[in-house]
Amino acid sequence: MNEFIRGIKRGFPICLGYIPVSFTFGLIAVKMGFSPAQATLISLTNMASAGQFAGIRLIEGGAPYIELIITTFVINLRYFLMSLSLSQKVAHDMPFYKRAIMAYCITDEVFALAAMEPEEVSFPFFGGLMLTPILGWTSGTLLGAVASGLLSPMVQGCMGIALYCMFIAIIIPPARKSRKVALAVVVAAFLSCMFKYVPGLNQLSKVGGGGWAIITAAILGAAICASIKEVKRRRKAARAERSVA
Amino acid sequence: MNYLYVCMFLMFLTTYLIRVIPIGFVRKKMENLWIQDFIYYIPFSVLSAMTFPDVLYSTTATGSEPHISLSAVIATLVALVLAWRKRGLVLVAIVAVLVAIAVEMVLAYV
Repeated sequence: MNEFIRGIKRGFPICLGYIPVSFTFGLIAVKMGFSPAQATLISLTNMASAGQFAGIRLIEGGAPYIELIITTFVINLRYFLMSLSLSQKVAHDMPFYKRAIMAYCITDEVFALAAMEPEEVSFPFFGGLMLTPILGWTSGTLLGAVASGLLSPMVQGCMGIALYCMFIAIIIPPARKSRKVALAVVVAAFLSCMFKYVPGLNQLSKVGGGGWAIITAAILGAAICASIKEVKRRRKAARAERSVA
Repeated sequence: MNYLYVCMFLMFLTTYLIRVIPIGFVRKKMENLWIQDFIYYIPFSVLSAMTFPDVLYSTTATGSEPHISLSAVIATLVALVLAWRKRGLVLVAIVAVLVAIAVEMVLAYV
């Protein structure tokens, strides 16, 4: 029970942060012709920011099913990595149904907070962690859908930055503490910019709604940092061997 | 009408399968240190790659083509400073939105 309460406390800021973002989603969805109930249902069943925005754009354009599946797959592929990472943080004998429930709410923010837990992530903790963000994400969507038209396009546009600033607030404090995390952040950001601006490379960001570019930059960034650490580990081991000899 | 609901179901199914397959079926602890480090860095590299450079385009008024705007640049800098000072995510997000709105309002009058 304690773990559940602790999860709720950790998750609540995410819930608040989700409201402006999902509010924007609700606004845009209604503008595209979705009903408030449909927009809320999409939020409830997806719990995915960028994937939802891309999805409704495709549906509005009458895209074929296969295009919708591929785009959703590519944009949300990062959750595969997060889920894999989380599989290493839960008890190995946790039953499948608990894992299946946790999987539903592996979002960028919820995952980031779970991943930063120093100990194993328990089911009650994750349950508490995901509870209020789900409420915030769905109710924010409904609010935005209902309030559509009350806000000017300028204000609606400005709310789009909330999501990214949440990301910034999640990654900067750990990056300040650890030089290796800072390196991962800088390398991934640099590669992501390369995929957007360097001629030739930028073809990658034009397919799959930018999903391929993000996944490639993220994998390369993490791989480079892990490799640097590996090299250091080997040097240290070699030094230790020499000093023994 | 049917098209819409089939699409909504496909979005749900695709997103959920991506999330459930790794955590649902990977039970072995990975021994390899490189993989452990790689997995440790993933949340940071994913969020960073998603944020930059897209954050600079994120204040475009709804209905317009996305473009880099001064409001986004200033709001991002403010968010970076606040995050550096370890302010919580809600505060950082809300202040950034307000700063972006303020800059847009000033620009509208210049």
